[in-house]
Amino acid sequence: MAHRLEPGLYALGSPTPEARVFVTANYTLSFDALREALAGQDAYILVLETKAINVWCAAGKGSFGTDELVARLQSVDLASKVTGRTLILPQLGASGVCAQDVERSTGFRVEYGPVRAADLPRYLAEGDAAPEMRRVSFSLKDRLVLVPVEVVGTLLPALLAAVVLFWVSGPTAFWATLAAVGAGVVLFPLLLPWLPTREFSTKGFLLGGLVALPFVARGLSGPGTGTGWTALATALSYFLPMAAVTAYLALNFTGATPVASRSGVRREIYRYVPLMAVMAAAGLLLLLGVRVLGGTAL
Amino acid sequence: MTTIQASKLNTLQYDSELCCGCGMCLSVCPHGVFGTNGAVPGSQRSEVAVVRGDACIECGACQRNCPTGAIEVESGVGCAAAMIYSALTGRKEECGSEGCCS
Repeated sequence: MAHRLEPGLYALGSPTPEARVFVTANYTLSFDALREALAGQDAYILVLETKAINVWCAAGKGSFGTDELVARLQSVDLASKVTGRTLILPQLGASGVCAQDVERSTGFRVEYGPVRAADLPRYLAEGDAAPEMRRVSFSLKDRLVLVPVEVVGTLLPALLAAVVLFWVSGPTAFWATLAAVGAGVVLFPLLLPWLPTREFSTKGFLLGGLVALPFVARGLSGPGTGTGWTALATALSYFLPMAAVTAYLALNFTGATPVASRSGVRREIYRYVPLMAVMAAAGLLLLLGVRVLGGTAL
Repeated sequence: MTTIQASKLNTLQYDSELCCGCGMCLSVCPHGVFGTNGAVPGSQRSEVAVVRGDACIECGACQRNCPTGAIEVESGVGCAAAMIYSALTGRKEECGSEGCCS
């Protein structure tokens, strides 16, 4: 793994036995962020084995956790190398680490630093974290960097579906597929805080529905569409699956965010995934129906 | 019972009777769910209260670090992809499988 660092005790500068000890994951990006924040200082960095996963995700899985920390403290024999008995952990490691248990087992007191390593100099200077340093943010920039990951993850299935639909229905269906997927993996992450409603799924239905509007208009009055029920069926054959696909991708984005709760996501799955499936199936049936019965629909 | 359900939206429960006022939950919560009501009369400690219950993402950091067990939450990762994958395959719900988050 390219981003894996050997776990153990690292010296930053020339630490004396009185130096501070910081704890992080063996993911190189986590380690580098810490190292950069502490540039110019002499300190120890204790790197835990998290299989190259960042602190927050590893804490959620438990690999950045009490057991690993206690074992690592013993294996590097930290107690004999430093005189202090305080460890500074990233705040986001707290979902995996129990500070009291660590202290009971090792004598080391766990202190939770700020969420972001970049805030460490201020934290060390002030001796405590200001409330904003304790909060996870999910800024436009944070969301923007996730877009390529989302795109790569869906590109192949999306293209495959688009090609199949092109073959079944025509070029409009091809573009409708890519538009719905694009709305889910590009527009949705970017627009997340500005979409009304709280739930990811309903935000997604809304966004997918909006993106489907040009296709609905084309279905209702575009070239090659029939009149009456054929036009309506064509419009719905775009609208229903597009809204469903975008909503499904929106719901799947939850795991990439620091704002979704497990019970909330579970509730959304039960409440909306069946609806999404019905909408997508109804749309595809309409698409096929229009093609078989209507003949000329594009 | 003094346990309160923090929000309709999640499983966070807080019992102010058990709270020792150490403030650990305020330090570890990444969404500012807990706050203080100011000092308790005649005592050094300040009273902790749930101030943004809806914002809880059930990461479990507060429960894990609460020394008196005043907080309970069914913690886990809010990832639909992991839950749907686990529902479809019958495998354990976790991150880092099938190229996701690994």
